[in-house]
Amino acid sequence: MITFEQVSVQYADAPAPALSGLDLTVPEGELCLLVGPSGSGKSTLLGTVSGLVPHFTGGVLRGRVTVAGRDTREHRPRELADVVGTVGQDPAAHFVTDTVEDELAYGMESLGLPGDVMRRRVEETLDLLGLADLRDRALTSLSGGQQQRVAIGSVLTVHPRVLVLDEPTSALDPGAAEEVLAVLQRLVHDLGTTVLMAEHRLERVVQYADQVLLLAPGEEPVLGEPAEVMAHSPVHPPVVGLGRLAGWRPLPLSVRDARRKAAPLRERLDGRAPAGTPATAQTATPTATADRLAVRRGPVPALRGVDLTLRPYEITALMGRNGAGKSTLLGSLVGLHAPASGSVRVGGRTPHRTRPAELIREVGLVPQDPRDLLYGESVAAECAAADADAGAAPGTCRALVERLLPGIADTAHPRDLSEGQRLTLALAVVLTARPPLLLLDEPTRGLDYAAKARLVGILRDLAAEGHAVLLATHDVELAAELAHRTVILAEGEIVADGPTAEVVVSSPAFAPQVAKVLAPGPWLTVGQVAEALRA
Amino acid sequence: MSRTPPATRPPAGPRQLHPGAWWLWALGMGAAATRTTNPAILLLLAATAGYVVAARRGDAPWSRSYGAFLRLGLVVLGIRLVFAVLLGSPIPGTHVLFTLPEVPLPAWAQGVRIGGRVTVEGLLSALYDGLRLAVLLVCVGAANSLASPARLLRALPGALYEAGVAVVVAMTFAPNLVADVRRLRAARRLRGRSDRGVAAVLSVGLPVLEGALERSVALAAAMDTRGFGRTADVPRRIAAATAGLTLAGLLGVCLAAYGLLSAGGAGWAPPVLLLGLAAAFAGLLLGNRRSVRSRYRPDPWAVPEWLTAASGAAVAALTVVLAGRDPAAFAPTVVPPTVPVLPLGAVLVVLLGLVPAFAAPTPPRRAS
Repeated sequence: MITFEQVSVQYADAPAPALSGLDLTVPEGELCLLVGPSGSGKSTLLGTVSGLVPHFTGGVLRGRVTVAGRDTREHRPRELADVVGTVGQDPAAHFVTDTVEDELAYGMESLGLPGDVMRRRVEETLDLLGLADLRDRALTSLSGGQQQRVAIGSVLTVHPRVLVLDEPTSALDPGAAEEVLAVLQRLVHDLGTTVLMAEHRLERVVQYADQVLLLAPGEEPVLGEPAEVMAHSPVHPPVVGLGRLAGWRPLPLSVRDARRKAAPLRERLDGRAPAGTPATAQTATPTATADRLAVRRGPVPALRGVDLTLRPYEITALMGRNGAGKSTLLGSLVGLHAPASGSVRVGGRTPHRTRPAELIREVGLVPQDPRDLLYGESVAAECAAADADAGAAPGTCRALVERLLPGIADTAHPRDLSEGQRLTLALAVVLTARPPLLLLDEPTRGLDYAAKARLVGILRDLAAEGHAVLLATHDVELAAELAHRTVILAEGEIVADGPTAEVVVSSPAFAPQVAKVLAPGPWLTVGQVAEALRA
Repeated sequence: MSRTPPATRPPAGPRQLHPGAWWLWALGMGAAATRTTNPAILLLLAATAGYVVAARRGDAPWSRSYGAFLRLGLVVLGIRLVFAVLLGSPIPGTHVLFTLPEVPLPAWAQGVRIGGRVTVEGLLSALYDGLRLAVLLVCVGAANSLASPARLLRALPGALYEAGVAVVVAMTFAPNLVADVRRLRAARRLRGRSDRGVAAVLSVGLPVLEGALERSVALAAAMDTRGFGRTADVPRRIAAATAGLTLAGLLGVCLAAYGLLSAGGAGWAPPVLLLGLAAAFAGLLLGNRRSVRSRYRPDPWAVPEWLTAASGAAVAALTVVLAGRDPAAFAPTVVPPTVPVLPLGAVLVVLLGLVPAFAAPTPPRRAS
């Protein structure tokens, strides 16, 4: 269905080609998953299939990419619209109209399909994706998972033979991600659609893949059976990590497969317990407290009576659906939202009444998009501005950047950095004022496993130095790896609050893969299991 | 035997009125507003439009834009009054309210005045003028909240569609920009800088523009991958004819506009204008052949649409007629100041604008 013949892509100002020597075929009706670290050319590869590379991005495409027999170099994206459907990471950027039904019809209108055909396909697609109740709703009023399903539906109505998805579940909570993946699997199984998908969160998708294409900078691309490729892939989900550790063959890719093989491992681990997380100083004075905090966002009550105490040396994960109030809680702690009732205190101050220049010494927030925090023309300018804002000695911020992630050039523009580098820079900017409380909103969005591992190391060190850390995240594996304590929000209320092991193990949505495989044991991460086996 | 379902939405039951009907009605109301400076009639027009909006708007986010337009109207009115106070007014007046200290200006700025006497006549004239503009804005706001511009776009002929998309994208840009400015101002707080004042808004300017640019490039890419701008193959002769006709038509219209505005063109300009318009229209029709777009479930144009559009047209036409017969009632004199009267005829005409509140179908409501 899709063939690559000696494909390489070189962008104008890049030192090395983004893709090189790609020579492979994706057969019809398969779900092919693209894995690889950031910067390995996943998005470029997807772009060559939809025709956006090189028609939209520029750069030089060598070799030949054909989709359903059409050469993408000779066909503009609009001329491929009837065979390739493309959905990106941010569904909101994809929408052209303003209601669900119109959005589903838009692609068909562009192709000039007759009215009765459009009518029938819209109804079919509404049913296929479970959107029938939402048909008249405005797109902006939908949740993240619903928006992503509409975005997929809007390209499905033209009956494309290939679906190209760039990180379709990255921005979604675990429940919404499962909704989207269920739809994709149904398309592959029932309609024979060929799906080409890039995704960093392998733990969510790898079990659905028929083929995995591994891209790594400077190495030959590898296409093969998921289990074979995962056996020596540098990026892999925890269940594969556990399988490699225990020496299971063939490697399990889903929790179900792993559980079948895990009985001996469970026996070996029986009676042992994971090395305890460093005991947190329960007696230390709280860094921040929220007392029956209620916050309204417009007409909507976003938080209803939240009680929360954050202490030094403790990393707390804040989880919950999209729209459960996580960002609002973080915003209240930095004074972006005034409480409607109840109170919030950070370091003895009331955040929304404190002058920003004083507040940054008490609390720092890295927002969901770190770019919001960065206005400078270069990394050096950004660091100088941060020193001035915080009243810190010149060079403080630059030294922090160097400590957290060495090798970021002074002259680089913040927008040109990779996601991981940008996050680190924003973190350094926030830490320049040495706030005892550090808040992070969805920090792992768009990060590959290596960048995530680095972030885990950085945050652990910060907590060990006495910072209180609160991170809002959808990433259950990150929470399991990092958090001493987990708080789950639903509809603006706290529904669970306790040590991570206790809270997540009992929850089907928020349990990490290792916990699911080794339940009822108290294990959360591959690292814990490896340590226990070594002991 | 298979039966082809009708392409349009069924005209019965709760449904959205054709957006064209709403815009025609609102334009009629607006046109009526431009023909009068009588504040009583203007306020009655605004109240009529407001009642129709309250009775027939849906519950989609853009339906809430009416309030924003109302506020915008008040702001316009306020600015007009402030300028009248500060810069004086050309209306001669004898009833001096108060006198501001006058800024002495050099001789070359003769005719410009800052400060000085503020008269009742000047203020009244500014108030009526500002009110007229505000009511015009309220009428546009009414149309906007009753039928989103995007829905109007769907009703455009194929050849105009691409230009229309550009307009709609530009219109959705403004709310996105406002949201961006808010988010980035909040982020300034996180850097320990003040989030108040003009400096805070200005300093986020560059990041906001960068974000807007990125978003529009992403949207353009998304639209392209979804087939926006696909064209049908048309014979070369027809393509050339389309371009020629459109160009000739536009040239004709420009020439005629010049002729009408300058002295001595009254004789030849009208026929040239008609010819130009005809050529441009023919070009448009031919251009439709290039477009391959089809339309999904177009709104029907049935009795309620006729009534709504007719009510707007009637309000506009009758106001013009009445204003011609009774200029004193529709443009009350401000020198000397008089109490504006509200003629019965004008009331009845404006109340015709209420027809859609009863004739239009109720929009489907859903909990969103």
